[in-house]
Amino acid sequence: MTDTTVERHAFSDALAVAGGGLVALVGAMIAIKTTDMAMAFHGVVLALAGILAALYIVTHAFGAKGLQLTDANGYTDGPIRVAVVAAVFWGIAGFLVGDIIAWQLAFPALNLDLPWTTFGRLRPLHTSAVIFAFGGNVLIATSFYVVQRTSQASLLGRYMPYFVVWGFNVFIAIAGTGYLLGITQGKEYAEPEWYADLWLTIVWVVYLLVFLGTVMKRKEPHIYVANWFYLAFIVTVAMLHLVNNATIPVSIFEPKSYIVFAGVQDAMTQWWYGHNAVGFFLTAGFLGIMYYFVPKRVERPVYSYRLSIIHFWTLIFLYIWAGPHHLHYTALPDWAQTLGMTFSIMLWMPSWGGMINGLMTLSGAWDKLRTDPVVRLLAVSVAFYGMSTFEGPLMSIKAVNSLSHYTDWTIGHVHSGALGWVAMVSFGAIYCLVPWLWQRKALYSLKLVEWHFWISTLGILLYITAMWVSGILQGLMWRAYDKLGFLTYSFVETVEAMHPFYIIRAIGGGLFVLGSLIMAYNVWRTIRGDEPVDAKDQPRVAAAPELRPQAAE
Amino acid sequence: MAGHKELDKETGIHTTGHVWDGDLKELNRPLPRWWLYTFYVCILWAIGYWIAYPTWPLANGYTQGMLGYSQRATVTQQVDAAKAAQAGMRGQIEKASLADIRAKQDLLQFAMTGGKAIFADNCAACHGRGAQGGAGYPNLNDDDWIWGGTLENIQQTIQHGIRWSTDNDTRVSDMPKFGVDSILQPNQISDAAEYVLSISGKPTDQAAAERGKAVFAENCAACHGEDGKGNQELGAPNLTDAIWLYGGGKANVAESIRTGRGGSMPAWAGRLDKSAIKSLAIYVHSLGGGK
Repeated sequence: MTDTTVERHAFSDALAVAGGGLVALVGAMIAIKTTDMAMAFHGVVLALAGILAALYIVTHAFGAKGLQLTDANGYTDGPIRVAVVAAVFWGIAGFLVGDIIAWQLAFPALNLDLPWTTFGRLRPLHTSAVIFAFGGNVLIATSFYVVQRTSQASLLGRYMPYFVVWGFNVFIAIAGTGYLLGITQGKEYAEPEWYADLWLTIVWVVYLLVFLGTVMKRKEPHIYVANWFYLAFIVTVAMLHLVNNATIPVSIFEPKSYIVFAGVQDAMTQWWYGHNAVGFFLTAGFLGIMYYFVPKRVERPVYSYRLSIIHFWTLIFLYIWAGPHHLHYTALPDWAQTLGMTFSIMLWMPSWGGMINGLMTLSGAWDKLRTDPVVRLLAVSVAFYGMSTFEGPLMSIKAVNSLSHYTDWTIGHVHSGALGWVAMVSFGAIYCLVPWLWQRKALYSLKLVEWHFWISTLGILLYITAMWVSGILQGLMWRAYDKLGFLTYSFVETVEAMHPFYIIRAIGGGLFVLGSLIMAYNVWRTIRGDEPVDAKDQPRVAAAPELRPQAAE
Repeated sequence: MAGHKELDKETGIHTTGHVWDGDLKELNRPLPRWWLYTFYVCILWAIGYWIAYPTWPLANGYTQGMLGYSQRATVTQQVDAAKAAQAGMRGQIEKASLADIRAKQDLLQFAMTGGKAIFADNCAACHGRGAQGGAGYPNLNDDDWIWGGTLENIQQTIQHGIRWSTDNDTRVSDMPKFGVDSILQPNQISDAAEYVLSISGKPTDQAAAERGKAVFAENCAACHGEDGKGNQELGAPNLTDAIWLYGGGKANVAESIRTGRGGSMPAWAGRLDKSAIKSLAIYVHSLGGGK
């Protein structure tokens, strides 16, 4: 290490300690001044996070050796390992809460008559835990891994990447406990109140800086396609977050705030946000994962470079218009509904461009579907992506929407995307990443991946088929009239008709939770460094790059 | 690293020459034709739809589209058409007496079908989907009526509700809160409860029931009758049968005496129109207990 590096490190160490101290101070101030118990608790969480970070750096960075924050291979993989473990943890938590609320819908007594365990509080906990906590940690982990490898550069900043991961998870803790304690601003997928939003904004800006800075110092002439998608995801989510959470707090020491938009403008802003959270968080970001992990795992070139360019730009341009299809047949003006619907239809092929590029990258290596369950997870995820991006435009057509809207069909559609695409591609990426990040020569057990694959696939199929049937049944029952002009079914009769499907759905969700527990066990044994039980069955790319045998030409 | 454009043996297509992370490459393959043409078709379809329907916002208003479609006009039209289709029958029901409605087959069928649908959406929440009732909500299938079970009685109850303070003609009976307001001592309430159980044929503590008989005569008989058979004029339930609105255990009966209960039901006039209330009365009357 040169002297200037030592000096630079000492400077950033001191800065990080000061930053931790500042966070602790702000947290303590909130905790002392607020009259709201939940917000006081959040102040304590923030203060503790700041104090722990500062203490850790003080005790570790100023010794003789200093704090080594990059790996021997030159990459900053420490924060990625944290995010991978966090993703597995939040994944299980989020799936489990999802299954609990699925059982609550079938058997309302399971709400337990306690405010903290009612469906109304657990439902946002479920959605935020799976989308933002699980999905977010997967996206941060993979984007940090991919951008370093495809740029041949380590992450920008000494502490910034760590701040992104830990800061994001502190946000998750504040948001999640807030829901349980009854703090929400009542916007779907944007429930956290203003102070949690502000903290996320800081974390997100640092994320953007780290990602962009790493791309800028790359040693490759071109930016790899996965990074386009990651960057689109980070930039757009920042924009969505800032606009949809434009809010005025009643006091800087109280959690309650009022959104600046009112009425149909608020609804439109909300669904512009909501739909693009799907488009950019759950689609663009995860397409970034697909574009790195599929070709890497199957060792084949990406199917079509031109298709990747065209489908990227058309996807980015068209997605942002599609939000109004969530508000068909509402107070939203006709013209906005038309735009939402037609742009959703035009979005069909750009979405399928991603599916084609993902699936067809397997051409020349289809046999790996049979031999490598990780490839199967990735391929099936892309197939589900294709299916749900066909179903989405279909449901955006007003005539179809008049049947599907407000029914369980929507829930089935969301979960074919969320379980089938987002979670399956994440599982595939996690199974790749764990041996790579912990320098193992293989996963602990490929056989367990096989089990995970089949159990979750069965769970997903039960889930979405149950929701298709119940959703369409529900829609048809709602609109049924008899010949005298009276509604054939009362609302409560339609609820009763859903009951068996709610049970099937909950069983499917339970299988999905079971699969994720198998994954957690496999990941844990791999991290612990246990001897793989079936190393000979695993492809050479299962090993960390440093331990990988040469490819046979 | 920008390498050379190598030929991919599996597909016979050249790569772009870009390589990342050792082995990440891309094939320089043209866009799949079917993909491109389907995309064009989607765009053309969208443009066609924009020409036909309201689409682009302008400085004042928006492009109206050639079909002159308006969601609001369409829904208004559909609602009007649905109302018009029922207007004839509803009008007849509104004018006819309850007895006449029952006498005419087509009116009766309309009233029964409508009554069933209206009941399911408005009444079932408390009285149950099969009108079987529940604790505090009377069963409407039996012939034990608190406020009377003739067609007119039922219509009156639905129309004006029970203890519904915003309706001047609402049905009111005001049983005293004998315990809460310290009108009776706890032991007197207990004795009265034993007596009430005894007249409904339940096993009781004979001595306590004897003592309770006097309490009952002095405090309860005015409304519920000396024999405890109730009085529908006053809304005082019959206490000698096996049907209990708030449960027939000793504790339930004692609690009723202590607090006076006094549940309420909304007045549906204003929320439901006359023909709906009449249909509902005929439907409820038909459930099994109509007098």
